[in-house]
Amino acid sequence: MTTIQVLGHGCDNCKRLEANTREAVAKAGIEAEITKVTDDPGIMAFGILSTPGLVIDGKVASYGRVPSAAEIARWLKA
Amino acid sequence: MTATAVRRVHVPLPVTVAAAAVAWLVAWFVNLPFSNWLVFDVLRLQAGSQSGDAVAFFLFDTPKVLLLLAGIVTVVSFLRSFVAPERVRQALAGRGTLPGTVAAASFGIITPFCSCSAVPLFIGFVEAGVPLGVTFAFLVSSPMVNEVAIVLLWGLFGPGIALAYMAAGLAVAIVSGLVIGRLGMERHVEDYVWTIRAGSTLPVFRPTLADRIHDAWRSTVDILGRVWPWVVGGIAVGALIHGFVPTEVVAQIGGSGNPLAVPALVAIGVPLYSNAAGTIPIVEALLGKGLPLGSALAFMMAVTALSVPELVILRRVMKPRLLAVFVAVVASGIIAIGYLFNAFAA
Repeated sequence: MTTIQVLGHGCDNCKRLEANTREAVAKAGIEAEITKVTDDPGIMAFGILSTPGLVIDGKVASYGRVPSAAEIARWLKA
Repeated sequence: MTATAVRRVHVPLPVTVAAAAVAWLVAWFVNLPFSNWLVFDVLRLQAGSQSGDAVAFFLFDTPKVLLLLAGIVTVVSFLRSFVAPERVRQALAGRGTLPGTVAAASFGIITPFCSCSAVPLFIGFVEAGVPLGVTFAFLVSSPMVNEVAIVLLWGLFGPGIALAYMAAGLAVAIVSGLVIGRLGMERHVEDYVWTIRAGSTLPVFRPTLADRIHDAWRSTVDILGRVWPWVVGGIAVGALIHGFVPTEVVAQIGGSGNPLAVPALVAIGVPLYSNAAGTIPIVEALLGKGLPLGSALAFMMAVTALSVPELVILRRVMKPRLLAVFVAVVASGIIAIGYLFNAFAA
């Protein structure tokens, strides 16, 4: 099972990223647990400077932008 | 608009981009003849009359500004997808105070700034050993010298004022950074900031060219969607001023003859943050009516540089004293710029 974390304080971009991620998980047809990290120390622990960030299985996949659902689905299958 | 419609049927990307560029150029060149035809032939308003001028100003400037915004924001968003703040931080850590501050202020021009990213950015910079003053230079210049403001200034006032604004913004950011660095306020940063140990990560997946173009288009739609009501509203108010407000009134209230004009405009500008796109067209109209350049610049800088929501967010990493110093230093810098330009112009 894949674990996915969405990093961000809850701004519009973070919500959009979360929606895209859910769509991507459905598209990729995999089982995944999606959690949100909204506190500063928690976000900073991943070493990113710009939100929103996306972490897949503990690895930072992207930050500072909102990747499309298709893009995330590609990563999930990689 | 055409670009999204086209993309759905999976036309190759270069074709979509070229079509969007051609559509933009056509719209740009058709705007003046079309708005003239609308105002003077269809509505039959008199050139030179008060209402004729106001309506012509509105019908020509609204599409012009929206087109400029759409075009430039797309290009800038695309270009800056190559400039991650993570790299900026690496470039800033371990430089001397003066070169570091100047570099930080300059980086602020090109890097995106979203107030929701201000806290991670601040922590990340400080934690990587970027001095506090250098970090502040970046925090001041990043929201103030941004592409939306520059585009509006360039489009409505021409390159001279856009460049003056940019230079003045950089000056305020550099001086603020140097002053705050000198004050040695490290202990007024919230304590937990110093305890965070953050690694530096680069993402595992690099976006492709198509991803970057898609991102740029998305953020343009996003930004335009947010600012267009303000732009239209601002131009409408500007048009009314343009047509109906007598010149003497503006020159008297905002002019160099009134020593309190600059600080008063700065005080009005701070709460107007989200309306940056709407205030610039109003300022243009006021400038045309004799508001001195310094007062106008100070007002616009206050609108973009200091904002209540940003201060609320920054409070999470700064103790009240540091936050107060930040506001005081930046506001003083802006007021100084206002007086300076007014003195030159007079």
